[in-house]
Amino acid sequence: MLEVNALSVSYGELDILKDVSFTVDTREWLMIAGPNGAGKSTIINAITGGAPYKGNISLDGLDIRAKKPGELAKSIGVLTQNHYVGYSFSVEEVVRLGRYAYAPGIFSKKCGMDNDMVELALEKTGMTAQRKQSVLTLSGGELQRTFLAQVFAQDPKYLLLDEPTNHLDLVYQRQVFSLIEDWLGQKDRAVISVVHDLSLAKAYGTKALLLSRGRAAALGPIEEALSRRNLEQVYSMDVYAYMREMLGQWQ
Amino acid sequence: MNIKGESFRAYEYLLFALAAIAALVVCICLGSVNVPLKDTIQVFRRAIFGLDMPKELPSSIILTVRLPRVLCVALTGASLALSGAAMQGLLKNPLADGSTLGVSSGASLGAVVAIAFGISFKAVPFAGTTIMAVLFAFLSLLIILALAYRLDFSLSTNTIILIGVIYSMFVSSAMSILITFSSSKLHQITFWTMGSLNGSTYLNALVLFAAFAVFGAVLFAHARELNAFAIGEDNARSVGVNVKRTKLTVLICVSVLIGICVSIGGSIGFVGLVTPHAARFVAGPNHKRLLPASAFAGAIFLMLCDLAARMLFRPLELNIGVVTSFIGAIAFIIVFYRARKAAANA
Repeated sequence: MLEVNALSVSYGELDILKDVSFTVDTREWLMIAGPNGAGKSTIINAITGGAPYKGNISLDGLDIRAKKPGELAKSIGVLTQNHYVGYSFSVEEVVRLGRYAYAPGIFSKKCGMDNDMVELALEKTGMTAQRKQSVLTLSGGELQRTFLAQVFAQDPKYLLLDEPTNHLDLVYQRQVFSLIEDWLGQKDRAVISVVHDLSLAKAYGTKALLLSRGRAAALGPIEEALSRRNLEQVYSMDVYAYMREMLGQWQ
Repeated sequence: MNIKGESFRAYEYLLFALAAIAALVVCICLGSVNVPLKDTIQVFRRAIFGLDMPKELPSSIILTVRLPRVLCVALTGASLALSGAAMQGLLKNPLADGSTLGVSSGASLGAVVAIAFGISFKAVPFAGTTIMAVLFAFLSLLIILALAYRLDFSLSTNTIILIGVIYSMFVSSAMSILITFSSSKLHQITFWTMGSLNGSTYLNALVLFAAFAVFGAVLFAHARELNAFAIGEDNARSVGVNVKRTKLTVLICVSVLIGICVSIGGSIGFVGLVTPHAARFVAGPNHKRLLPASAFAGAIFLMLCDLAARMLFRPLELNIGVVTSFIGAIAFIIVFYRARKAAANA
């Protein structure tokens, strides 16, 4: 279980997050939603060690700050929205890096599963044919699938997603989310994702944390947390009515 | 198919080594006096087996003048190119290098401070300048990167180079002040601003070799971490790289290598910028191949530059730093142009 307790993050005087708590257990898909600037991505940054925080984040009862980076990577993997790779690494080289945590030292033994995991990850994401291709020549969707393959090869228990399909076309968006849904179906897995698309959140999430200006406005099963009243308060508009109106375009 | 690996194979290393040895031999044969190849080989054979040296062989030119110099040049080239390749990976920036970041200037300042204030250690003749150069190289890197992070967290190419330029200017003015107050040591000091390996000794070569063997080896051992950084620092963190420790280790190794090179040969610009790029064309971006390829390419490139410096206007000799800067400045423009175009297309 991943437990976040009284998490606060501030940059100078500015409080980005204040006293946010939640837990994620296996088989759960937690959606972190909220308007721009609510502090959604900051939660991901705090868990991955990219932002200094106050409070406590623990994994199966152990403080994550006490864990070595390699150990942490075996438990928690991250997929973000933007990848700007400067050099022409091949797809396979990027994916193989996902196995770094399993043999970090130059003298550490090669884990026998490394090759299998890389093959499996390439296959799952449909990148096997492009394995030798330079990542500089990939489309946005292919690049995102490459990094998804990397995190699959990394084989963590918890997958953190920071708007992974933000800039992708609908086809790829669906592809990525259904791949992650499959991944979650295996045992001992959980997903936390930051989304601003509330329809996506409702379609895939089992649980939601609704943020408003750095504070938790609601937390619970997806339907309860993203209820009409909660959303109206946080977004200052009738989100339900708006969504239905938008949907009406397609009838 | 995966086991065939990301590293070079033995025969590829052999090819590199042969190319380096060929360059070495050419550089020893040619110079103010050209020595025929078979005489050079004779001198080596007799020196190695301790045979008598006939008078007609130019053994002293080869053994006491050219060989130590060419060895120093090769080791300097390898160290600088390796440092450049490591920094370009670590900072994910194709224009990072000791000279563009201002690290070499910082190291020169350290050497000049050591000369001006007479900092030295009795036991080892040039330890004072070496230690000060290494120290200043490391401090310079810390200052430049701290400034760059504060200004622009993504460490974009423009920010880093701008800061490097400004820092180099700052350092050169500090150097001018020092020179004004220690005009008696002017000759020694100008040496450091120009860069030359003329008059290098076997002891210099030994120091360079030791530094390369130790700190170069540490860099080679961090090839995978550098790959992760070259893809992105956040990505490196998420796959489990100890980001802080890797950064510190690489920066220390790079500072020591650049500092020692500068303390022996003066500031020789652009080697660390140009050669990793050439190496990347051949070896690709994977540091398991890129680092050794850069080291070999750097050694060969600098030996040829040194040869050009000696031969072009014979009997006048150019400073090797002049030759590398000449070639490097042009290469810099090309790399910068391509990087900008790639960024515009992305």
